[in-house]
Amino acid sequence: MRARLQLDERLSGPLVAVAAVAAAFALGAVMILALGAHPWEGFTALLDGAFGGQRELADTATKATPLLLVGTGICISFRAKVINIGGEGQVLAGALAGTVAALALGDLPRVVLVPVVLLAGLIGGGTWGAIPGALKAYMGVNEILSTIMLNIVAAQVVNYLLRDPLIDPAEIERGTRIPQTERLSVNADLPNLLGGTRLHLGVVVAVLFAVAAWIFLWRSRVGYRLRAVGSGPDAARYAGINVPRMTMLALTASGAMCGLAGAILVFGSESHRFVTDGSSTGFTGSSGFNGIVAALFGGLHPLWTIPAAALFGGLLVGANAMQRAIQIPGSLVIALNGLVVLFVVASVDVRKRLSRASAKRAALATMADTG
Amino acid sequence: MSEFFTISVIVATVAAGVRLATPYLFAALGETLGQRSGVLNLGVDGVMLLGAFFAYWVALEHRNLWFAFLAGAAVGLVMGAVYAVVTLVFKAEQGISGIGVYLFGLGFSELLYRQQVGTPRPARSLPDVRIPLLGRIPKVGDMFFNHSLVVYVAIALVPIAALVINHTRFGLNVRAVGETPEAADSMGVSVNGTRTATILLANMLAGVGGAALALELGTFQQNLTNGIGFIAVALVYFGSWRPAGVLAGSLLYGLLTATVNQFKTLGIVTGGTASLATAAPALLTIVALVVIARRRAEQPAALTLPFVRGG
Amino acid sequence: MSNHIQTTHISNKGEHTMTKPHHYSRRRTIGAFIAVGAALTTSGVVSSVASASGVDEFTVAVVMPSAANDLAFSQSMIDSLDRLKEDGSIDDFVYSENMFVVEDAATAIRSYAEEGYDLVVAHGSQYGGSLQEIAPDFPGTAFAWGTASDTFGLDNVSGYTAASDQGGYVMGAMAALMAEDGSIGIIGPIEVGDAKLYVDGFAAGAVSASPDIEVGINYTESFSDTALAAEAATSFVDGGATVLSGTAQMVVGAVGVAQERGVLWFGTQSNQTELAPDVVVASQVYHWEVVLSELIAGVKAGALGGSSYDINLGNGGLVIENNPDYEIPEDVQAAADDLIAQLSSGDLVTGVAQGGEAEDSTAASEPEGTESEGTESEGTESDETEPTGTEAAETTAAADTTEA
Repeated sequence: MRARLQLDERLSGPLVAVAAVAAAFALGAVMILALGAHPWEGFTALLDGAFGGQRELADTATKATPLLLVGTGICISFRAKVINIGGEGQVLAGALAGTVAALALGDLPRVVLVPVVLLAGLIGGGTWGAIPGALKAYMGVNEILSTIMLNIVAAQVVNYLLRDPLIDPAEIERGTRIPQTERLSVNADLPNLLGGTRLHLGVVVAVLFAVAAWIFLWRSRVGYRLRAVGSGPDAARYAGINVPRMTMLALTASGAMCGLAGAILVFGSESHRFVTDGSSTGFTGSSGFNGIVAALFGGLHPLWTIPAAALFGGLLVGANAMQRAIQIPGSLVIALNGLVVLFVVASVDVRKRLSRASAKRAALATMADTG
Repeated sequence: MSEFFTISVIVATVAAGVRLATPYLFAALGETLGQRSGVLNLGVDGVMLLGAFFAYWVALEHRNLWFAFLAGAAVGLVMGAVYAVVTLVFKAEQGISGIGVYLFGLGFSELLYRQQVGTPRPARSLPDVRIPLLGRIPKVGDMFFNHSLVVYVAIALVPIAALVINHTRFGLNVRAVGETPEAADSMGVSVNGTRTATILLANMLAGVGGAALALELGTFQQNLTNGIGFIAVALVYFGSWRPAGVLAGSLLYGLLTATVNQFKTLGIVTGGTASLATAAPALLTIVALVVIARRRAEQPAALTLPFVRGG
Repeated sequence: MSNHIQTTHISNKGEHTMTKPHHYSRRRTIGAFIAVGAALTTSGVVSSVASASGVDEFTVAVVMPSAANDLAFSQSMIDSLDRLKEDGSIDDFVYSENMFVVEDAATAIRSYAEEGYDLVVAHGSQYGGSLQEIAPDFPGTAFAWGTASDTFGLDNVSGYTAASDQGGYVMGAMAALMAEDGSIGIIGPIEVGDAKLYVDGFAAGAVSASPDIEVGINYTESFSDTALAAEAATSFVDGGATVLSGTAQMVVGAVGVAQERGVLWFGTQSNQTELAPDVVVASQVYHWEVVLSELIAGVKAGALGGSSYDINLGNGGLVIENNPDYEIPEDVQAAADDLIAQLSSGDLVTGVAQGGEAEDSTAASEPEGTESEGTESEGTESDETEPTGTEAAETTAAADTTEA
């Protein structure tokens, strides 16, 4: 009897999650059919494009890297009950800081320059997160408002900088004025890990930081305090924890993770320049938002965000491949993305209920056995 | 700079500011209602986009603007029903489910547009209506009383919303449910029922806001709103969850955007500075909130918390 | 008073705080995902449907930053490729649209190259940096980049530009002659590439036809924000503009305003007549196929790149298509035809060049102002009236790009 109950519980969790994704994909298949394309072809192209070979896996890992970092940051901030939707702006800020560092210190040897630009990313993003943090902690400005507004500000500041102070001098000379920086110092290129693919050091860095975040949250005093604030700010205050400071720390740390992602995006990119199309998403690829989703898929736990980001990254990479393969509009991919999020988010509760139900059954069974 | 400070330019700018504020106002009023009952909806932008597309499409096919608005409202209601289920039945994490709604709305609206319409085609847009008497006041009349009907509707909604929230039984329920759901529940108020109502209303208003935008422009394009929904959510915080505050915030934002645009038109800002100027409304909104040292209300205590009886 | 049964459930402390999903097993969730994914992948199903060319087919892949049906930049390329397919120059083409995320576009470019397409077109100036890194990895693939003339010194990269200032100049002159007592408003996206050329050309043409006319320029700082474009148009019209023009896919909003307020519109990149049949006077249409066919012929003959191409009035790559339902005054049409002839033959130069402040690298771009003449000073670019197939004078550029 007990063995059977255990089996049920073990299956119910992942089954529900898979069912959620499957349901979203089923709706997606309907949409693809309505467009006159073949869903099966599409989905196999998706999987193939995400996981089908060495290059594809490398692309997925590379795409997942900013998701993991942003997601890790979200794990930290959500644990303190702080909603950080300023990821887009913080990614830009970190990218900017890293770029400036590379422009200024480009002659440093690679061993030094790479950590320097990544550190710059941390600082840049951390600063952009500290601003709403301070505004919330010390002036009661809600972080949803400040982060949304700062996203806009960051995008425009970057636009301005890329068109004037930081623009590639060759662009001015040539007169084309494409808003991009020069090809940044070779010494800042993130080392490639696997020849023939785009896999770079950023992937390792992201994983390391996810682990570090886990250690921070569950193995350090500060992390404990942070989580205490998230569990109940009033209780935390009674316990002597400085809640405003923790709030600020949460947003700063979260921002720093995003900033690091931004620096990695620049120095792991194909072009090795800081370039965008005028919008923030042109550079970030919406990783500021998608990272939130990855964190959700990982249960707001940094370690589980690692595979979650990998899968979500695969979804994004594969979806672009699917779009190329069966020539469907890219917007279907975005809509599908949203459906997956909705279904998985909804399924969290179903899983909880199922596990509660089976736990209840187990308890009743125990009572029946002993009673 | 002096070119800006002429009467006609200022009148035009204020008029534009009022007009621009309208979609923000619809969406923010709806979000206010929802948040007062404890529900956060970050997907407003997605719902607005869907409302915008359907309104545009109906206007294109049937040339009837009333139907177009109804279409926008209807889509909002449908999305509201979806969100109610996701939030109340499945108790999904609201910040994140909102992003799911946003992504879905963004992609699906564009997909439908691609498939059903194809190339940009102009639809009927809203005519301006001059209010008798008031509209004839020189200057002021042009600023405030010569707009399309939706503008007037949006502004009229502000006192209506305030009335509903503060002086009706329903509004009382909304507030109770948003502050102390357990207490409300024990008094016999259906927490989820009230929240369902506010979610439906909020999303309907978001759909209407999107419709207003599309019909004002007379067209649709992918990501037409370009983040208006998110800004609308932010404005709820700016307005301290009060309709009047939300109106102030929307007008402020609309006015700042119109001013920046006017500066560009007149050539006061150009080149790189134009980028920075585009960020000004966002930046100034934060500054305004910080500087205006008024009593800032606490957010509804139960905001984003799913309600479970007996927990 | 409620008389329902209080459900007892075994919960942790988390009910009234943020949903803490401690209960579900993520480990197994992830494992299930991977299992399913691996199963489907290793079962060897499918490779990409849109695979590369068969032996003798010439296939093209294009990556674009906006929608294929935007009646502007991206559509101009799609339309051209359609025409090339019709006349048999190419056998098939595929596209990735809405690639506004630069890194995603880079991935697409690389993927298309790997899949063996004969020609991969990076249709967006922001893709250049990425292309510069990708192209050397595929010496057997031909790449094209627009709008830009830089080929990075690589022999498998071609550049293509549009001398949009030429058509802009002509239409600007027409606008000035038709503006009556009003002013002209031009709405641009970001001040770069063919957008800047067009805006400057339009302004220059207007002033050359009517030196006292007021020309306003508003760059919305976005390629896609339709509402901003509409706002820009509205304030121009409120300020007395009777003719509007603009470029990029967001102008749809501005055209709507023009239609509504009865203000004339001149379009570019694609034929925009259908947007506002009452007020669109003419559109400068990009016929990329004029240069693409030459480029493709070169590729087929073995020259994968190294040249840059330019569509202009002279070679028929730019065509000013009038709205058949709009009556253009005869004298205006005559003036326009005259200008077209002069620009085509090279007798007249618009005076507009890319950038322009070559010497002054510290200043922000000069304000176009309301009384703008719009004429930039000499640029370093070769002038726009050269015929196609200009040898890349980009040896200077080649020297700049130090390969990693």
